[in-house]
Amino acid sequence: MNPGSGGTAPAGVTKLTVAYGTRKVLDVPALEVLPGEVLVVIGPNGSGKTILLLCLALLLKPTTGTVSYLGQPVTGQRQILRLRRRLAVVFQESLLLSNSVWDNVTLGMRLRGIPKNEVKARAQKWLERFGVAHLAKRQARTLSGGEAKRVSLARAFVLEPEVLFLDEPFAALDSPTRQALLEDFEGVLRETKVSTLMVTHDRNEALALADRVAVLIGGTIRQLGTPAEVFNFPVDEEVAVFVEAGNILPGKILSQTAGLAIISTDGREIEAVSSLPVGMKVTICLRHEDVTLSLPGAGPLTTSARNRFAGRVTRIFPVGSQVRVTLDCGFPLAALITGRSLEGMGLKEGQEVVSTFKASSIHLIGHHMT
Amino acid sequence: MDLILKGIVEAFKLLVHGDPAVTMIALLSLGVSLSATAISLIIGIALGTAIGLTRFFGRRFLISLINTGMGAPPTVVGLVVMIFLWRNGPLGVLHLLYTPAAMVVAQFIISVPIITGFTLASTQQIDKKMQFQLQALGASRMQMVWLLLKESRLPLLAAVMAGFGAIISEVGASMMVGGNITGQTRVLTTAIVMETGKGEFGTAIALSIILMILVFGVNLLLTWVQQRSKTS
Repeated sequence: MNPGSGGTAPAGVTKLTVAYGTRKVLDVPALEVLPGEVLVVIGPNGSGKTILLLCLALLLKPTTGTVSYLGQPVTGQRQILRLRRRLAVVFQESLLLSNSVWDNVTLGMRLRGIPKNEVKARAQKWLERFGVAHLAKRQARTLSGGEAKRVSLARAFVLEPEVLFLDEPFAALDSPTRQALLEDFEGVLRETKVSTLMVTHDRNEALALADRVAVLIGGTIRQLGTPAEVFNFPVDEEVAVFVEAGNILPGKILSQTAGLAIISTDGREIEAVSSLPVGMKVTICLRHEDVTLSLPGAGPLTTSARNRFAGRVTRIFPVGSQVRVTLDCGFPLAALITGRSLEGMGLKEGQEVVSTFKASSIHLIGHHMT
Repeated sequence: MDLILKGIVEAFKLLVHGDPAVTMIALLSLGVSLSATAISLIIGIALGTAIGLTRFFGRRFLISLINTGMGAPPTVVGLVVMIFLWRNGPLGVLHLLYTPAAMVVAQFIISVPIITGFTLASTQQIDKKMQFQLQALGASRMQMVWLLLKESRLPLLAAVMAGFGAIISEVGASMMVGGNITGQTRVLTTAIVMETGKGEFGTAIALSIILMILVFGVNLLLTWVQQRSKTS
């Protein structure tokens, strides 16, 4: 997807805060959904994601600050109703009324005064697009979770919204259902190019759909960038933990030569590509999948990896179709390998192994020098 | 045993031949209680929805008042209405005491907390996000309330049944503010009390059977509507 670089942002907020009593739950100086982009807001539970979405979708009045549509600040109740009729929201729960699927899908269009023949054509089109046209006459409450979700997505797309808001839309679904729907949905977003804001705590959804990712932690946006930027180069430790940056270790820069830094961690020395100054305290981020394991005595590896540590396996834990092997190399280090590699090497807890990783695989988060 | 048998036989005679006095009592009972239920529905649903869907200071206190009202003893309600409508009372000038209108007022006061309470409970149990979803679909505030009420139609019909059931079978308030005057304010429950007191068990049983048939008939109708809307 290629978000339009020009044009006024369809929706945005400035100096937005939401407080409950004296407790500030959201503080966002500025955030915009750009024309045609999919902006995914990720963050842990309770970070304020849903509140941010409700404010942007004109369903919750912020304590202070402005919500804008197409560059115009939103004021007044009448304007809010008119603007709401130009957007669509899909929540985690399907929230269908106890009517037929057809009645549910057409409700929004009827409320918006769309002509009857148009209502029929659009409902037919989107029910088919989401693969639920055969359910049109069914009672909504008899649908399965996946079917209901497809109906609620169709109910949003029939409205042909200028901005689409999605609040954890796939969270309640089982894994195969979610995967199938995610793929369909990605295709629909690509076709319609509708400006979208989605909130989720699932990094895989963000990776699959996002043009830009905003990380919301504790009510503030910590980082905003492309998925590659956010997931590979988290700006602080909390973001690193949330985006599952892998090994996160404390360190200090000992020396620095031509962009190659030597960092100490737990008395061991690691080489990393970095231009951060000597003496600076850093957080070392290293993805599990960037660490390679080999058996000792397997001969010198022909690899460009500059870091090589012997260690003992402390834990072997399955992660999806792969296995996470945790080592004690003087500092804790985990690697992600395939089940086949695990078997091939015959790895067991307590066994000696050699880990290698490239200096360029490391992302350093610098801390202010004190 | 003989007493019951004789009573039932007499009751059937009365029912089959259609005594005009009994018919009138039955019709008045139905008229008073249905009017009171209708007024309670309008006010109770509006009040229950408003309290159920909004948040304001003193809301919990108000809800506990309504819950208390749901169990208000009819005799106490009768006493209060009586005091208000008494010749020298605050509303004495209306000359409503010992009229069917006074009975409607009393029965309304008994049923309105029940219907409000049921409405409140049913609108509160709707997912808060459903309100957001309807507004996001483009519903105005009034359209949203209407859609939410339609969504809670099953418990609302239960509210009607509970409200009507409470007042058609109520005797204390009707006796006090109606006065059980022949041809004017005598309803089934007050007549049953009187006939039983007189030892006219046959008439009392006949009236009881009619009362049960009325309650059953109205509830049958409402249940039919409720279950139909559930399966449709």
